[in-house]
Amino acid sequence: MSAPPRTEAVAASREPSARGAGLRRLWAAPRVRWGVLLLAATTAFAFLGGLLAPFDPSQPVGAPYAPPSPGIWLGTDQLGRDVLSRVLHGGAYLAWMAPTSAVLAVAIGAAVGLAAAYWRGWVDTLLMRAMDVVLAFPGILLTLLFVAVFGPLPWLLVTLVVVALVPGVARVIRGAALPVIGREYVQWAKAVGMPSATILRTELLPNVSSPLFVELGVRLMWAVGILASMSFIGYGIQPPAADWGLMVSENRTGLGIQPLAVLAPVVMIVVYTVSGNLIAEGAARVIARTEGRAE
Amino acid sequence: MTATLEVADLTIVRDADEARIVDGLSFALGPGEVLGVVGESGSGKSTVALGLLAFARPGARIAGGRVVIDGVDLLALRGGELRDARRRLAAYVAQDPATALNPALALRTQLLESLDGPPAENLDRIRRVLRTVGLPADDAFLRRKPRQLSGGQQQRIAIAMAVVARPRVIVLDEPTTGLDVSTQAKVLALVKQLCADEGIAAIYVSHDLAVVADVADRVIVMYGGELVELVPTDALLGAPRHPYSRALLAAVPSARERQVLHPIRGRAPGVGERDAGCVFRARCDFATDACLERPPLEAEPGGRLVRCVRADEVQRLTRITRVADRPERPGLVCRPAVLEAEGIDAHYGERQVLFNVSLELEPGRCLAVVGESGSGKSTLSRCLIGLHEQYEGRLRLDGEELPLTARARPAAARRELQYVFQNPFGSLNPRRTVGSSIAAALRLFGSDGRRTGAVVAEALERVEISARLAERYPAELSGGQRQRVAIARALACEPKVLLCDEVTSALDVSVQASVIELLRGLIDEGLAMLFVTHDLAIVRSIADSVVVLSEGHVVERGETAAVLDRPSHPYTQGLLADTLELPALAG
Amino acid sequence: MAVELLAAPAPSRSTRRARAVALAVAQGVGTLLVVSLLIFLVTQAMPGDVARVVLGTRATPETLATLREQLGLDRPIWEQYGTWLWGVLRGDFGTSLVNGMPVSELLAGRIRNSLTLSVVAMLIMLPISLLVGIVAAQRRDRAFDQGFLGTSIVVNATPEFVTGTVLIALLGTTVFHLLPPVSFIPPGDSPLAHPEAMVLPVLTLVVSGVMYLGRLVRIAFIDAMSSEYVQTARLKGLGTPRILARHALPNALGPVIPAASLVAAYTVGGVVVVEYLFAFPGIGAALVEAVNNRDLPVIQAIVLLIAATYYVLNLVADLLAGGEPQGR
Repeated sequence: MSAPPRTEAVAASREPSARGAGLRRLWAAPRVRWGVLLLAATTAFAFLGGLLAPFDPSQPVGAPYAPPSPGIWLGTDQLGRDVLSRVLHGGAYLAWMAPTSAVLAVAIGAAVGLAAAYWRGWVDTLLMRAMDVVLAFPGILLTLLFVAVFGPLPWLLVTLVVVALVPGVARVIRGAALPVIGREYVQWAKAVGMPSATILRTELLPNVSSPLFVELGVRLMWAVGILASMSFIGYGIQPPAADWGLMVSENRTGLGIQPLAVLAPVVMIVVYTVSGNLIAEGAARVIARTEGRAE
Repeated sequence: MTATLEVADLTIVRDADEARIVDGLSFALGPGEVLGVVGESGSGKSTVALGLLAFARPGARIAGGRVVIDGVDLLALRGGELRDARRRLAAYVAQDPATALNPALALRTQLLESLDGPPAENLDRIRRVLRTVGLPADDAFLRRKPRQLSGGQQQRIAIAMAVVARPRVIVLDEPTTGLDVSTQAKVLALVKQLCADEGIAAIYVSHDLAVVADVADRVIVMYGGELVELVPTDALLGAPRHPYSRALLAAVPSARERQVLHPIRGRAPGVGERDAGCVFRARCDFATDACLERPPLEAEPGGRLVRCVRADEVQRLTRITRVADRPERPGLVCRPAVLEAEGIDAHYGERQVLFNVSLELEPGRCLAVVGESGSGKSTLSRCLIGLHEQYEGRLRLDGEELPLTARARPAAARRELQYVFQNPFGSLNPRRTVGSSIAAALRLFGSDGRRTGAVVAEALERVEISARLAERYPAELSGGQRQRVAIARALACEPKVLLCDEVTSALDVSVQASVIELLRGLIDEGLAMLFVTHDLAIVRSIADSVVVLSEGHVVERGETAAVLDRPSHPYTQGLLADTLELPALAG
Repeated sequence: MAVELLAAPAPSRSTRRARAVALAVAQGVGTLLVVSLLIFLVTQAMPGDVARVVLGTRATPETLATLREQLGLDRPIWEQYGTWLWGVLRGDFGTSLVNGMPVSELLAGRIRNSLTLSVVAMLIMLPISLLVGIVAAQRRDRAFDQGFLGTSIVVNATPEFVTGTVLIALLGTTVFHLLPPVSFIPPGDSPLAHPEAMVLPVLTLVVSGVMYLGRLVRIAFIDAMSSEYVQTARLKGLGTPRILARHALPNALGPVIPAASLVAAYTVGGVVVVEYLFAFPGIGAALVEAVNNRDLPVIQAIVLLIAATYYVLNLVADLLAGGEPQGR
């Protein structure tokens, strides 16, 4: 109990420093900025790209697997359709499904994690055991199982990705909230009888905002990964729609002849997932810095 | 005197901006001599300790000077030569043995690796040293890992590891901070004995003047990275010549008699915040225009060094009134107790940590709950505030039955019973401004929203914090300021009882003095206070009556003077005997 | 308070640890039961009448009824689950609806192939991760470290099918024609007998794993090297090699071992896509096939197998991570 008087300088450096909201601090991290920039660019590309497409993405414009030529800048795919037009159209589903899944998963996961950490006891046991059941399924397996039953409906895919991602978020946020709950200011709030809802909202939530931001980035990356993988193995977006994951699958037999038909959507998928990872890495770095840990 | 250790102009800077963390330190040390280095947070004393082994933490760099041990300048060595010098000449004992010992390696491995030569011989040497430091020396013990030892045993191992290679110099950095007083007393005795027997010169770094006074022959007082006074221990206690030494002495509480504690105003400068003048100028009662220029270090008779142009005046004025003008208050029988606890039994899981503890607290009085780690004193305060779940007993607030857990208590009771925590770095929400933290408390108890601002300002005023700081975040405040804000938040609720759990143990002694004086004032205004602490000197400074806890039992209780002057229980007697005092030379 | 708890004589560490492990195992068994029930119910909900799938054009009301009775489809669903679970516990996963073979027999070779793929990938991944992580930690913030961090940000974000596709383009088809883009392994042959068919799938898993695990090794090493006990070792005058090997390594492995278990779990999860990509004859590819054919017993068996393996590896990771506190 008689804790060693830690010298102030040391203790202070471990404290979340800097004034003002955590978001401003996060924005100051270059990786976060790059991530958000890439994310915005990819999203704009996915939603607005279709307007710029030179051809109808579902109609052949030449021979199958034709190499690039003037006007058909990225060549054609296995059915002779314009690769550029299909890439421009191919993010439309992903660009709303992935962020929707990620945001929902983080919101639900955070609520579950905070509740489990705050109430402990049977609430904690019940919630976290339920999470364990979901955790037993790799995300792709879970999605595949249900899509096989109910068919590849976009809203179902979103729901499944959310279900697959929630347990991870819940565990991380629970882990981040536990030490905060042990902090004296939360103890004080309990002792003076602050309502639990207020404690969760004003004392806990603001103090796990950085890990929440990390989760948002990580889960966006995972959501894109699962959705694109599902398209790739044929249980996501269905032909003849243009979709990046699907394009990789459709055109990979022609990889030796017309690599661009595969590499163009590959680049788009990677840019999208990397944007999420950059946000996560940047935010994690900010946390590590404020806690005086290595990154 | 042939010096074992000679340090000349040791300067350590911060990598980022070349700001000086330690500024031109020089001193010499003979064999068997113990030199204390005393200073508060940020004085650079720990940096010095490492610098003496030619080591700087990441982010810092030794920029110049000499550290000569037995004719070898450690700072001039590189690579294998330096490693060799660290094995043979100097050794280091860190503050926290729990982190300084490798948790994955057996004691045997960690002890053997600092020795060259055949293991059989070395093991003999190790066993001898282990017996000297009072530890078992059998193979079973040597196979243990550090976490299988108690804190005191770990620190003995660290000391054994330091002396096993027969170094000429040993540097100890706060080796007893975090240990109970009884363990501290044994470790200090061990250090003195080792230095005398083996002729090792020791540097003993500490924030605690009483500890340094006990162990050291001479003392260096450090402030803001500078040596401000180097003086034989007796002379420091009797007649400090630097204003900072004098102020530091006046801030240290005593377990023997109740004294007024004099805080040092302001706060110590951080690295890179110093200007061309005297480093202590801003907080000094003696400062004049002459202090705008950095004073030289004057050599004085008796091997004394002082860095102050007004040292003579300081010494002449040295007697600061120490005897308290406020005597302890006698128990006022006519005033009924505001808080009563009866037959408290508390558990952690299956283990009982409190046994039938009862206490009473009257308004305008301070009751101290004293005990070492594991005594259950913190659990008791958590029971009273209603945060501990597993306990039985009866509580009464103002004569009315008080439910055991905070959840079950009526709002009025939660308002009237307030709590201040030990750790100033955790007691405020880092995402709220100071003002918002206090306002949140007010809102809970339905105060008039329009008056909130005024009440916040008033509460801050009462703890001597400028109302302008209401807009600041906790990270922008010092530890002492945060603790004041936590007290202000409690006061804003207009409590009848304030529970304080070790509220000063994380603070520097000069800051501690100001917090104690602040709390004392509040008690005089009629507040009832329960003060949990391990430090008998603080008990003497603040408490009117005292309850001594040992392993969950109340072993002694009574008026402070009675208990501390004539302790009746052996546990209290032992505690008192092990509590170090500044020798009362100042008279 | 924590200190207070630790200072007192408590039940010995090993007893508490045994208790925690026992509790975790009990919870794990419970969780797996729920998982098996979930799998059974979901697959039962699959559209299409199983009997009709089996009989195809030979379906008449009589034959359908007979087959339903044979398959036990007319019994209540709880009973069916009980029968299935009892069979699973004895290693009997039923018979394939497509070719009538026992599922266990059908999958035996596939399981061996997948296991070989995962184990080979892990065996290659672990030492490389350790090496890369330690070198990056030693050269912190220098070119190697920066390059490693940058690469890992991209590779860790990339889905496995994309990594695999890029590797095929690089080594199999477009740039170099070194390796077959499709893993052909004749039924009955050990995959180890066809190393050229193994290289690309293994490489895909290894690249993804090394970038993730290497990062964890790096951070664990940086933490260990900046600890106070390493500072103590330096002040004792020990040399860098001894500090690295004796002082930093044992402590750095603490957080790395559970992470390795986690990576093993990811590898098991990742085989579905990777096998599909390379047409590698393992259970992942078999699963996609079975889903296409609505072969319920096969789907149930594979999903349960992967889920159980994945869950157990996750559980092991948790137990290892929650085990002995390493330093602080």
